[in-house]
Amino acid sequence: MSGKPRLTYLNGRGRMESIRWLLGAAGVEFEEVYLETKEQYEKLIKDGFLLFQQVPLVEIDGMKMVQTRAIMSYIAGKHNLYGKDLKERALIDMYVEGISDLMQMILMFPFSPPDAKEKNLESIKERATNRYFPVFEKVLKQHGQDFLVGNKFSWADVQLMEAILAVEEKVPDVLSGFPQLQVFKSKMSNMPTIKKFLQPGSPRKPPPDAHYVETVLKIFKK
Amino acid sequence: MSTKPKLYYFNGRGKMESIRWLLAAAGVEFEEEFLETRDQYEKLLQGGSLLFQQVPMVEIDGMRMVQTRAILSYIAAKYNLYGKDLKERALIDMYVGGTDDLMGFILMFPFLSTEDKEKQRVLIVQKATSRYFPVYEKVLKDHGQDFLVGNNFSWADVHLLEAILMVEEKKSDVLSGFPQLQAFKARISSIPTIKKFLEPGSQRKPVPDDKYVETVRRVLRMYYDVKAN
Repeated sequence: MSGKPRLTYLNGRGRMESIRWLLGAAGVEFEEVYLETKEQYEKLIKDGFLLFQQVPLVEIDGMKMVQTRAIMSYIAGKHNLYGKDLKERALIDMYVEGISDLMQMILMFPFSPPDAKEKNLESIKERATNRYFPVFEKVLKQHGQDFLVGNKFSWADVQLMEAILAVEEKVPDVLSGFPQLQVFKSKMSNMPTIKKFLQPGSPRKPPPDAHYVETVLKIFKK
Repeated sequence: MSTKPKLYYFNGRGKMESIRWLLAAAGVEFEEEFLETRDQYEKLLQGGSLLFQQVPMVEIDGMRMVQTRAILSYIAAKYNLYGKDLKERALIDMYVGGTDDLMGFILMFPFLSTEDKEKQRVLIVQKATSRYFPVYEKVLKDHGQDFLVGNNFSWADVHLLEAILMVEEKKSDVLSGFPQLQAFKARISSIPTIKKFLEPGSQRKPVPDDKYVETVRRVLRMYYDVKAN
């Protein structure tokens, strides 16, 4: 049996993408199993793999982990991406949770009804530019360091980088008012593990398309 | 200046209630400032206290912490309610994730229309009895210990008790098929700090009513309809 973590999810971003990013950033190789049919999903449940009958599932270090946050906290803790003490961890948690709220809007976007898509896109743009990005712009400006917390690369940096790129896919000029974030994005892109993750052929998944949405509904809709 | 944590939220449960539970379980005294007017909220915003313009906010150990999960994780770790190592923490995080999802269905309940409330009540009971409670019932049965993780009282136990009581408020006999959870509920409720929190006069908040909903809507200017899941 391989010692590599094994990810079970659909062949697309969804809630697993942040986990792929974090493992990628930590330089950890992993395997993936893709859910394509309802039968596969039901078998996983029947065989007792999914604690709350949900994916993401990550088999790691002898555990069958579910719950996205739990999985990421574990990976961050294991690979020294969680700060050096309780207070740094508190900062990282605050930043990650805030970004996660923004990412949630992007996650749900492909599933919005056609007549709500424009409004939802506007909300994503508004929240990114008025609520979330200004916070990180200010954090970076105030301490002048390369990384968000404790002058060291952490989970918070990975999560922010993922969010910036995800929002840019929807709003290409979103960073125009955020010079610090532009520099941050560039620095992150050049970190070896992240650079590798951003290259074609990496486990990074493309933006969700109609086929992905269709697969989600087919597998999970009752 | 007081060194007690200070909680900023509405005078009601919402997202702050899990934090009140955890502080109380840890035996930590805390103060509360209740948001009642839009002006108060705007003053907090302008003062830069709310990192993402939202409450809950907890002033603790020199930090103005926001994001419920971040606050709870910090408190759990500080007061030794987060397991003894990374793997126990992973289990606690998974279990808390589940009870959090379950309580999420209840969180929006007061803001639903009367018709949607009834549908949601059914959904809450169905999720509790078919997805969540069986998991914790099995965990307790399999290891036969008093607590969910590592034979030690933890955040996971506090969160599960809170979830059980909240679901019981929607259906009083919901634990009838779960003997382990019944025993768990009795055990955890009799832990001195929890027992105290469950007594009248504690900082535990009552089931949200119309006044609470009105206050939240007014302060946050949240007048849109909340849809059920």
